[in-house]
Amino acid sequence: MKQQEVLFQYLLRLGDTNLILGHRLSELCGHGPVLEEDIALTNIALDLIGQSRILLSYAAKAEGQGRTEDDLAYLRDVGQFRNLLLAEVPNGDFAVTICRLFLYSAYTCELLTLLCDSKDEYLAGYAAKALKEATYHLRHSTNWMVRLGDGTAESHHRLQTALNRLWMYIPELFDGDAIDVQLQETGIAPDPNVLKEKWNTRVNAVLAEATLNRPPDQWMGKGGRDGIHTEHLGFILAELQYLQRAYPGNQW
Amino acid sequence: MDIGILEKGFQQHVDAEKKIEAKDWMPEKYRNTLIRQISQHAHSEVVGMLPEANWITRAPSLRRKVALLAKVQDEAGHGLYLYSAAETLGAERADLVEALNDGSAKYSSIFNYPTLTWADIGAIGWLVDGAAIINQVMLQRTSYGPYSRAMIRICKEESFHQRQGYEMMLTLCNGSPEQKAMAQDALNRWWWPSLMMFGPTDKDSPNSALSMKWKIKRKSNDELRQDFVDNSVPQAKILGITIPDPDLKWNEERGHYDFGTIDWEEFYNVIKGNGPCNRQRVEARKTAWEKGRWVRDAAVAYADKKKNKEKDAA
Repeated sequence: MKQQEVLFQYLLRLGDTNLILGHRLSELCGHGPVLEEDIALTNIALDLIGQSRILLSYAAKAEGQGRTEDDLAYLRDVGQFRNLLLAEVPNGDFAVTICRLFLYSAYTCELLTLLCDSKDEYLAGYAAKALKEATYHLRHSTNWMVRLGDGTAESHHRLQTALNRLWMYIPELFDGDAIDVQLQETGIAPDPNVLKEKWNTRVNAVLAEATLNRPPDQWMGKGGRDGIHTEHLGFILAELQYLQRAYPGNQW
Repeated sequence: MDIGILEKGFQQHVDAEKKIEAKDWMPEKYRNTLIRQISQHAHSEVVGMLPEANWITRAPSLRRKVALLAKVQDEAGHGLYLYSAAETLGAERADLVEALNDGSAKYSSIFNYPTLTWADIGAIGWLVDGAAIINQVMLQRTSYGPYSRAMIRICKEESFHQRQGYEMMLTLCNGSPEQKAMAQDALNRWWWPSLMMFGPTDKDSPNSALSMKWKIKRKSNDELRQDFVDNSVPQAKILGITIPDPDLKWNEERGHYDFGTIDWEEFYNVIKGNGPCNRQRVEARKTAWEKGRWVRDAAVAYADKKKNKEKDAA
């Protein structure tokens, strides 16, 4: 694959994951367990969608077909989305919402730290900005992981259940393919194996503090980065893209 | 001290345009009126998140989505300041939330109407935030210090929201015929409920006189409503859409627009809980609160554990 095409695909993976997770969190706006948390989750949704705009705009530029961030977000169908499956998982209870955010933020914090040294200057600049936000997402979700894990018997049980449920989507985060290899060779993106080690160290420490058991590794749920998604993504896009699909070509 | 002397001193203080602060003496009725008004205002911000949040996941561009999310988040923030302002008067936030959830507390009637199209989000920004600003600009000068200061802060954000809503309407009105029809339909449905936001007519508003005397309010419901109509008519003209009131016309003598009669039966029904979305709105708040109970309990349990550990370590 040509370098620009590889970069385009990589940027879609990053941008789509943030868009879909941001969409999931935005579904909770107005329905948080307490007003302060409503504000915090909305803030995180805003950060993720904001990051996605930067990534999708850059992806469109790398592609060079004259598409925009909105063309990519609103006019692609399920099979063209490249997000991680973890982002699609429904919000469930607050334990699922927080655990999903924690597992993902622990990943993005490591990824963005390494991307700050990317040979792609634009991506490096993006990473430096996004890392500040991701650091807050990780801190916020870590605090809740510990509070819920070491809170009441009920909160502990709910969080352990959420963790067990989400664990199948973790291997996909580190499952490198030809795109990763090519970008790694050119110094644009990091080695997924390095990320995995750092992620494990961080996650294990938080799980221990939260008195949670690390689930055994299992058969992985993957395919998101190749366009094979869960059943949920179709519904997310039906909602997200509704106006653009119902009134094609209009400006809003 | 004689209560009559205290009341006289209080009134003099208010008449001299000085603010009443949390620790100052105040008549019980002043305190209770403010707790009711400020908490209703806080509830309105929080319930008001729902009709707009209804369109966050369907916003038609990423720019609009981010702007709407940020706006709804601002409203949550306004709710927080206002609950805090109510707490300075001795109210407990948990009790106020409980009253909202059990249906005994009121909030602005406007949020009991549904958001059916994307244009409703523009119309809410333009009309509902526009109406709220007229009321809140007045409340910046309210006699109770913490409320006045909260309003100054809130007004800045609200006027931004209003401009944003109007700009959305403008985009629709300059768009395709379908988009313009969507904007007209939204105006048709939101116009009269927006006029109702200012409350009953002055002759049917028994508490108003005392609120004016204490300078909690500085303009009557009808005066504020008139300001709103006068502001909105030229704005609708620029948009090129028609306000759904055949009696609306400029009155040279009064220097104001005359307008038709509000359907007060609808207003009182919505206030009583029979509006199109009253049940859904309260239900949504209650569900969020009940679903969040185990989360709040866990946070308290964890904080207690941590405190005990620190005590043991000391």
